[in-house]
Amino acid sequence: MNSQGAVVADNDGKPIWKFLLKELKPKGRWLTPFNIISIPIILLGIVLIVIRFWKGIGAITNLSQEIPWGLWIGFDVVTGVAFAGGAYVITFMVYILNMRQYHSIVRVTVLNGFLAYLFYAGALLLDLGRPWNVINPIIGNNFGVSSVLFLVAWHFLLYMIAQLIEFSPAIAEWLGARRARKILSAMTLGAVIFGITLSMLHQSGLGALYLMAKEKIHPLWYSEFIPIMFFVSSIFAGLSMVIFEGSISHRVFFSQISEKNHHKQRGIVFGLSKICTGAMFVYFFLQLLVFIHGKHWDLINTPMGYWYLLEMLGFVLLPMILFFYSYRSGNILLVRVAAILTIVGIVLNRLNVTIIGFRWDMAVHYVPSWMEIVVTLTVLFTELWIFRWVINRLPVLRDSPAWVKEENN
Amino acid sequence: MDLHRRDFLKVMCATGLTLATGKALNAAPKDKNVPEFYGILYDSVRCKGCRGCEYDCADANGLPEPEPTKNIKGLRKPDENRRTVINEHKTSKGTVYVKMQCMHCNEPACAAACLTQAMSKTKEGPVIWRGDKCMGCRYCMVSCPFDMPKFEYHSPNPKIQKCTMCYDTRILKGELPACVENCPNEALMFGTRRELISEARRRIYEKPGEYVEQIYGEHEAGGSGWLYLSPVPFEELGMNTSLQNASYPALTKGFLYSVPSVFVLVPALLLGIQQATKKNHPNEESDDE
Ligand code: SF4
Ligand code: SF4
Repeated sequence: MNSQGAVVADNDGKPIWKFLLKELKPKGRWLTPFNIISIPIILLGIVLIVIRFWKGIGAITNLSQEIPWGLWIGFDVVTGVAFAGGAYVITFMVYILNMRQYHSIVRVTVLNGFLAYLFYAGALLLDLGRPWNVINPIIGNNFGVSSVLFLVAWHFLLYMIAQLIEFSPAIAEWLGARRARKILSAMTLGAVIFGITLSMLHQSGLGALYLMAKEKIHPLWYSEFIPIMFFVSSIFAGLSMVIFEGSISHRVFFSQISEKNHHKQRGIVFGLSKICTGAMFVYFFLQLLVFIHGKHWDLINTPMGYWYLLEMLGFVLLPMILFFYSYRSGNILLVRVAAILTIVGIVLNRLNVTIIGFRWDMAVHYVPSWMEIVVTLTVLFTELWIFRWVINRLPVLRDSPAWVKEENN
Repeated sequence: MDLHRRDFLKVMCATGLTLATGKALNAAPKDKNVPEFYGILYDSVRCKGCRGCEYDCADANGLPEPEPTKNIKGLRKPDENRRTVINEHKTSKGTVYVKMQCMHCNEPACAAACLTQAMSKTKEGPVIWRGDKCMGCRYCMVSCPFDMPKFEYHSPNPKIQKCTMCYDTRILKGELPACVENCPNEALMFGTRRELISEARRRIYEKPGEYVEQIYGEHEAGGSGWLYLSPVPFEELGMNTSLQNASYPALTKGFLYSVPSVFVLVPALLLGIQQATKKNHPNEESDDE
């Protein structure tokens, strides 16, 4: 059968645009708790964004001349991208290490990663004072190659393309485009390899952004090894997010998941917690080395020192031990607790570098305004809306249509 | 350093993933030992705190008129409405005035940070900003060790404000920067860095009791175009003395140099692992490509 025939056969003979129009309509109930909370916030956020472009960034943010980057960069971009790291780790395991048992979570993880990047890049545009010039470093009339930000920006862009390619077979299956699916599937390995390389570089690059702010970041969080720390922690940050999201989406999108994959989920979760344990051990050890190397013993007995200890012991060491015990004892609840602690720990770490420890010595500290928080929530909720839309339509959690299997055999 | 740079470019080209356009990686001039940059020597022993330079600067750059002296309380910093300020400090040797503005670093962190080259070091020495390139990311502000680029937070078309040494408006026409030309007390002197440093040394040497033996800006942050003389240790003048002497862009060089090698080695490694593990798992499941 050719690809034309496939479209016809899969969409009950309707032309493609009618199919798309039908798919655009919302499915399911409207008055869900999620909708009731998210719709007003998104509407408010849109109003705030209009104000921001009309009156300037200062109209809705608490940023200052000393603290030029706040919540939108420190949380939306730096923290968000760390959590999106699950996509490169999972594709590494499935396509490079050929650990096929994790295959059922590849699509949802990549989709999550792609949407995360799409929206965090969007958040970045909100933060740019002169966004119309964003085109300059892209089309190449001004390449600031000595800039870490240049590298990070380019990698965001390229990585989004790589992720789109990784995800595209799902789109092809949705549209019933058989030949396109074949071609796109063949590109997966290339995209994966390219994507992992890009991820390693921009995950660490986000840390490298702060290397020049040497005196501005609290010495317990600043070291020349920030890039390595950011990279290693992105591994377990991403996986913890995968575990956390998995436990939620398995409930919310229960009907989509086949019996077989439900059973596999347990094994997957324990496998991931093993990897988390290992990565966190490496990370903790590195942090310890950096701490000893930095000779900051005197700083431990200060408020910032206690804060540092809380992060390292309470949100790295403790979840690491919990992860370890959870897979030894087969306790899935413990895995979830560990994943949530890890997520909190990563948020703490990224905010400590970018916001809390940044200019910790200033008299007036930066605290995000409620408007910055609403805009952040707007970005997050819009992402979840799109995510839900895609999950309900494309074969992401649910199995691929029957013709895919036929073709593979 | 030069060798590294060449290697870097070679590898870059070899990968075909050329993010570089063949320009040098750092924002510093090609030949590292050219201190023929222009700069300004500020002598706080001579400065009488008349704040004339604040007015001249505002005038020359179309900024609002500075506030009258009687309204000033405490220390001020340059901001989006003033590119320079004169602060009054009570020190162990009485009242000393200090001028603050962008230092025009030899290897400016702001220019290395800028991904659009809007912030750049001219071959004459001034570090300038160009609005048609800047995208307002404020990474220059995060990176500058002296906190000098200032952002117009309350404008829909915000600019980065900082001292440009009057590069476009005066230096290129062969005139002196506005502040230097109008200083009634000869506290400001324009010249090449080399001239200024020897002039500063001469003043220290001739009146050893009046100056501390340090030229602020000679080494700080890799050296800067603005150089300062002071009668008291620079801490007393609120100058940041904890800065490193190495240049700030050097802090990210290690990371940036590693990028091309990662691009060559990692994909090869990944492909190798993929091939090696493929044989061990002969198509366990049918639901994949
Ligand atoms: S003082 Fe700051 S803004 Fe001025 S040249 Fe140096 S790094 Fe750039
Ligand atoms: S704000 Fe403008 S000048 Fe500063 S780094 Fe960003 S693009 Fe460059």
